[in-house]
Amino acid sequence: MLRLPNLFRLLALAALVAFLVQPQWFEPLLRPLVQENAPAIYNQGSLLQLTLLHLRTVAIATAGATVVALALAILVTRTSGAEFLPLSRSLVNIGQTFPPVAVLALAVPIFGFGEKPTLIALFLYGLLPIFENALTGLTTLPQSTMEAARGTGMTGRQRLLKIELPLAMPVILAGIRLSVVISLATATIGSTVAARTLGEVIIAGLQSNNLAFVVQGGLIVAVLAVLIHDALQAAERSLGSRMGR
Amino acid sequence: MQLRVDKLGVIIAALAAYGAFLAPFATFRANRIVAGEARSISEALPPVWATVILLFVIAAAIVAALKTPSPLRLAIAFSTIAALALGIGAAAGHLTPPENSYARVSPASGFWVLLFALGLLAADALTRLRPSPLVRVLFLCGVLGFVAALLMSGTWDGLSLLKEYASRAETFWAEAGKHVMLALGSLAAATIIGIPVGVLCHRVPRLRDGLLGVLNAIQTIPSIALFGILIAPLGWLAIHVPGAAAIGIRGIGAAPAFVALFLYSLLPVVANTVVGLAGVPREANDAARGIGMTDFQRLAGIEFPLAFPVILTGIRIVLVQNIGLATIAALIGGGGFGVFVFQGVGQTAMDLVLLGAVPTVVLAFTAAIVLDALIEMATPNRNQVQSA
Repeated sequence: MLRLPNLFRLLALAALVAFLVQPQWFEPLLRPLVQENAPAIYNQGSLLQLTLLHLRTVAIATAGATVVALALAILVTRTSGAEFLPLSRSLVNIGQTFPPVAVLALAVPIFGFGEKPTLIALFLYGLLPIFENALTGLTTLPQSTMEAARGTGMTGRQRLLKIELPLAMPVILAGIRLSVVISLATATIGSTVAARTLGEVIIAGLQSNNLAFVVQGGLIVAVLAVLIHDALQAAERSLGSRMGR
Repeated sequence: MQLRVDKLGVIIAALAAYGAFLAPFATFRANRIVAGEARSISEALPPVWATVILLFVIAAAIVAALKTPSPLRLAIAFSTIAALALGIGAAAGHLTPPENSYARVSPASGFWVLLFALGLLAADALTRLRPSPLVRVLFLCGVLGFVAALLMSGTWDGLSLLKEYASRAETFWAEAGKHVMLALGSLAAATIIGIPVGVLCHRVPRLRDGLLGVLNAIQTIPSIALFGILIAPLGWLAIHVPGAAAIGIRGIGAAPAFVALFLYSLLPVVANTVVGLAGVPREANDAARGIGMTDFQRLAGIEFPLAFPVILTGIRIVLVQNIGLATIAALIGGGGFGVFVFQGVGQTAMDLVLLGAVPTVVLAFTAAIVLDALIEMATPNRNQVQSA
């Protein structure tokens, strides 16, 4: 069943792939944005390669953030870790007021230029939404269900794996989705510290006053973000409906 | 009295011990760009100072590790932080050879670890005490006042960060002004336009879905790209519309940054207005209609006050986000604290990065605390209105 929104998404994906593989095809579209002799298509590297590097950076950072955030959230919601719960909530609130640029810039002196500070900044910034949602998910489980699980004699570990995590999964996945979307956009800033992401295209455009570069870099990231957001949301829904009754 | 151990406190105490005894307290560099040499607390400070600071840290570690009342934990955390703040200033004086204006002293990892550990202790104690919004704001004022007093008294003047500041004091305040103008100005514009648009969206559901979709899509454009894309239309405006250039509209600089921040700000304001209005209880509206209120009276007298806390939450999101995003404006010549951040990154000068990053973080943090307090103060009214 191909509904209209999905058709649009498919078209966007096709256009994106076509642009990444054969950017010259789109040259006439971007030509009006640049002066006479300036190149209209990014010529200092392969767009496809940069996109893949961009995605890789986001994927590594999000995977790391997911593992750590989930582990921490599980830890502070156990009885033995209850003492950490109030503080961890405040830390999430405080952490989210830190601007990503500041995190990135402060990571540079410690980790040097390149991909490392970007990964660290994305990882730290990505932790917060996942941790926050995991906390919400694990602390708002229906009381009756938990009672029932305890009543049937499940151990703490069984309850966590069979009841708590599956029930909290939709909220946790929403946190991961938020984290991915934020990271996709924030990764572009990584190019100001020489990380190889799509930000390179945008910054090259800003420096050489080439609007076509800025537009293509920005659009690739935006389309990626929208498509990945929608894909993750669809995955959440199908997971939710499979689990729900 | 039985002594019991606080788990979180043990971690804090371990962190503090590492920061005080194993990690360097200050870094000494012969000039601005050479690599630094690490100095421990006992090397960086005169013996009396070092002893006082170590005693404070040890006391704080003991109080943290045991189950102690929250007010005590808070007090010891803050007094130790104050001692550290004074101490790092003293270290600068102690380490810099007299008459040497090239030497740079800056806090090293041990100082930051101690600050982090004590910050955790203070945050945990504050969280447990649950102070009222007003007390939180007063607390914030106290801390900011203390920092301001230290800055003005010249205690920190020997530190590298302050030396960076001293050599660009004028630019600093000019960029600070631009930063605040960008963040607050775009927020004001987004509020003035976003709230009526939100009301309209609430009344016309068809408009709502389309408009929120567009605003959502804008959010996915990375900030540096949006800033860059706006250069073209604004540059065109400046050339072709008479008077546009005169009011400061130009292709590069603050104008595209302002418009970009404005566009990013619209979604939270509009969406929260819609959500807030949708959350107004039907009975409240029915009752208002029953007593013959006009549409506008209902909006101004009933719906808007009830939706206000939610709208304020949107404004908080925007303000904190804008203060952070305004740093990016520096990339397109829009000024703001980002100027120092990106200059510092370019020169690998950590202190210059800090000169831009620290005020940004402080601003964002202050904005978050103040607005959170405002939101909390605005929310109880909702219950009063509902129960009335």
